[in-house]
Amino acid sequence: MIKAIVNVSLKAGVLDSQGKAVHHALDSLHFNGVNDVRVGKQIILKLDTDNKETAMSDVTKMCEELLANTVIEDYEIELV
Amino acid sequence: MKVTILQFPGTNCEYDTQHAFEELGATTEIVWHKSETIPADTNLLVVAGGFSYGDYLRSGAIAKFSPVMKAVTAYANNGGNVLGICNGFQVLTEAGLLPGALKRNDSLHFISKHHNLKVINNDNIFLEKLDNDSVVNIPIAHHDGNYFIDADGLKELEENNQILLKYTDENGEIKNPNGSVESIAGICNKQKNVFGLMPHPERAMESILGSCDGVAMLQGFFK
Repeated sequence: MIKAIVNVSLKAGVLDSQGKAVHHALDSLHFNGVNDVRVGKQIILKLDTDNKETAMSDVTKMCEELLANTVIEDYEIELV
Repeated sequence: MKVTILQFPGTNCEYDTQHAFEELGATTEIVWHKSETIPADTNLLVVAGGFSYGDYLRSGAIAKFSPVMKAVTAYANNGGNVLGICNGFQVLTEAGLLPGALKRNDSLHFISKHHNLKVINNDNIFLEKLDNDSVVNIPIAHHDGNYFIDADGLKELEENNQILLKYTDENGEIKNPNGSVESIAGICNKQKNVFGLMPHPERAMESILGSCDGVAMLQGFFK
């Protein structure tokens, strides 16, 4: 079994309002060393296959069709 | 005039939409998302507002795979008129029937209030009863109404007169409630048969309820 960890976040250049709000909140808590905050989501999939190539190609398809909206979001896939 | 209104789990504006179109003299039918077909005599297909599938993952992301959506896409590609209101607009962008995407409002707040909109392009069936640059007052009620499109996409929208409405004040000066690119509130596809907007014209049908500016919009679809 392979575990796929998919991280989805807004593309660079697309304003991340949630990231901005979190950044602001960190400032209020006096965490001053933070340059930028991006908020994304993580989707964890457990796959039947043991073949990493199959897993990567399947999860890429899932990202393109459903897990990310590629108009505004980027995704990263990590297989464990 | 036959108006078919789609209903997903979580849709909540289908009965308002039905009431609005029936008041204007249309016959209507609400179609559950599991249906693989839409009525053959449909003159207008409305994807109504609400929170299909609880907005899980992204607004409209799951609804686009409902069985009925294949029929919707075929209907639209065949030149049929489709109107997506609020969550319906989100579903149509997710399904690729309209360009761009709808993000969380910049303020992160759910916004529910009447808002002024300026008519940008009326060379389409939806807005042909309104004058360009006229201002209408229509309620908005959304959390994810922040329209995004990249620079190339925006240029294309402008060149093809696909921008329908922009958020403004009562004088038609830009006033952006949610962070939308160019203050865009509604667009159509290049062929001008698929329309999407975040504001709710079906909630602006009676002056006693605040505005009847939605009447002229919905009447555009009547021939």
